[in-house]
Amino acid sequence: MSATVFVAGIGVISGIGNNTSECLNALEKGETGIGKITYLQTNHRGLLPAGEVKLSNNELAVLSGFSPSVNRTAMLSMIAAKEALDNSGIKDIPGLRTGFVSASTAGGMDKTENFFTNFLTDRSKGKLRDVIYHECGSITAIVAEKLGIRNHVSTISTACSSSANAIMYGARLIKHNILDAVIAGGTDALTRFSLNGFNTLMILDEQYCQPFDENRRGLNLGEGAGYVLLTSERIASLLKKDPYCSISGYCNANDAYHQTASSPDGDGPYQAMTGALKMSGLRPQDIGYINLHGTGTQNNDNSEGAAIERLFHPHYPKMSSTKSFTGHTLGASAGIEAVFSALAVQKGIVYPNLRLQTPMKAFSFVPETTFSKYPELKNVLSNSVGFGGNCSSLIFSKL
Amino acid sequence: MKIYIRSASSISPQETFNNPLFLNELSEYPNNRLTCIEPDYNELIDPKLSRRMSRIIKMSVASALSCLKDAEITNPDAIITGTAYGCLEDSGIFLANMVEQDEEPITPTAFVQSTHNTIGAQIALLLKCNRYNNTFVSGGVSFENALLDATMLLMEKDTDNVLVGGMDEITDMSHTVLSRMGLYKRKPVPNRDLFKLNSKGTIGGEGAAFFLLAGTPSKNDIACIDALTTFYKPGDITETAQQVNSFLTAQSINCNDIDLLITGNNGDTRNDEIYVQLQQLLFGGIPTVSYKNLCGEYPTSTGFALWMGANVIKTNSIPAILNYKGTAQNKINKVLIYNHYQNTHHSLILISSC
Repeated sequence: MSATVFVAGIGVISGIGNNTSECLNALEKGETGIGKITYLQTNHRGLLPAGEVKLSNNELAVLSGFSPSVNRTAMLSMIAAKEALDNSGIKDIPGLRTGFVSASTAGGMDKTENFFTNFLTDRSKGKLRDVIYHECGSITAIVAEKLGIRNHVSTISTACSSSANAIMYGARLIKHNILDAVIAGGTDALTRFSLNGFNTLMILDEQYCQPFDENRRGLNLGEGAGYVLLTSERIASLLKKDPYCSISGYCNANDAYHQTASSPDGDGPYQAMTGALKMSGLRPQDIGYINLHGTGTQNNDNSEGAAIERLFHPHYPKMSSTKSFTGHTLGASAGIEAVFSALAVQKGIVYPNLRLQTPMKAFSFVPETTFSKYPELKNVLSNSVGFGGNCSSLIFSKL
Repeated sequence: MKIYIRSASSISPQETFNNPLFLNELSEYPNNRLTCIEPDYNELIDPKLSRRMSRIIKMSVASALSCLKDAEITNPDAIITGTAYGCLEDSGIFLANMVEQDEEPITPTAFVQSTHNTIGAQIALLLKCNRYNNTFVSGGVSFENALLDATMLLMEKDTDNVLVGGMDEITDMSHTVLSRMGLYKRKPVPNRDLFKLNSKGTIGGEGAAFFLLAGTPSKNDIACIDALTTFYKPGDITETAQQVNSFLTAQSINCNDIDLLITGNNGDTRNDEIYVQLQQLLFGGIPTVSYKNLCGEYPTSTGFALWMGANVIKTNSIPAILNYKGTAQNKINKVLIYNHYQNTHHSLILISSC
């Protein structure tokens, strides 16, 4: 039960790159993936920026091996999950009990939107193939099938913290000896549903987002997928290369304050961070870098910042929101950020918080503004905060 | 490790909610759509709050609160839900709004309540419960994943009890789409006759079932969960039988130790063939009941099945309205629930008397 869980493989696709090395390159060079919407068919093109993956559905189909008629969420999932699987080298070990735990909020909504346009005019209209993979769970299933995984296939949806909970669940399935290896993370495509939903909430930034800036205006949506391949200690020891890091702590808590807004004192994120630290046996000063949830909305950054102030004052770790690169990828965000966190702790690097001009006056910490080498980095904390008060924190530790 | 079911609550197309009688009378439906019998919510949820809730949210919150009350727990250590479709009504409203208003939707309410974790979140908000909160959307095993998460939590530190629920709703839109996909019978079939016809298709159902699970016994436990497992797309019936056998072997029992088998037959010949074959291979002579004539087919119907199985054990009786085959044991100690959803996700839940 107390066995360590290792990150043995990583895979990611986002607005800043189609695989891990492309994303890492963009993070190092400070190149944002946020820009004008060019792939999603929406009236908000040119008005609202977003972090789209820079590939059309046809191009994604080639990369993923799916038909272009399959939704974008599934194709993104396949590309990143396969990268994590291949990267780990677990395929060389026969007889493993391998699972796939994927998270999503939008599921196949990008295709359902097309279906609905015709369906609303006439209930006998709309192509059924556009809704057959509407459910989040069906996307996980078709990707699992393509990856050849059957031992455990499950899907989690807790809004913006979805993939953090998928990673927690995957780690626990290993600790309980139900599985030997798990690909865990999440996927979400940019959809008109999410774009318009967040737009009606008036929390989208019409300019490029500025997380943790005093004058921040809101978030930019993004899309992508990110997965870590988790293994038990026994399996990790059989692999040819060393794992990236271990997952030393995690905690899921609920803010229980409001359906969409976070509490001013950040009770939810505070409890999630505290719980993860307690599990890892680490003290706040042992954390070298926080990958912030940092959406760029007034509410999130206030709440998360308050929780960080409460927990870390006066010894603040380095911190940044990589959503300034990728946009907020919703159900995929904690998966993508888990990959960035695993790389940070393995390589001893810290990412910048782009476009930070005026640090928030309420807090005495200042996020990083440049990419830097940080060889002493031992532990990285990654935060996720979502609708419905769902908050989760993960800790990635150097081996 | 035994998991104790301290209380169970179900809102379903039958009179299952707060009814001291256990499935004493069949509620009949003339066509392919079974709709939940809803309680008077005003007695359960503050009307100011319930006014804003969609049907699935109200049914689930009412079921959850009643379950907690029966277990005499004010604030659980975890809240876990499983739902394949989530809040379909709100998703449909927002989607229709967005299309009709050409991407200028008027209100965010439906969007906010469309996320799959809305139910778990609303329960947490009502109880001011800051603890573990998770939502599974794994199609036909969404509820089973929630149960698995709950059992793991109870084996870990710091968790004494977990509120776990499974729910799915039918909306006019989803019923139309699923009908077009060929899921349901072409001609209306009354639920009473579901197992009398040999034809393709099933009948649609819905429900919200909640359970308060604990790692330690109490004086009022209904039944215990001994084990559960899920498997995905078995190659053939031999593989399915192997899965069942190894599941039972891990519990140091065999098929003959099962006093009652609850199967997920849904009246679709293609679907039910698997249950027929499995009974021939493994469970010949074991008393068997099916349940989807009561609640209809939906991805989290095993929530209803668990509620039913737990009550069979509690009351040591098999209600006459169940499609019962075989001779009942004097004392029903072990009940196995086996369900598959469209031959993709399969699940086994073993429960026993405490």
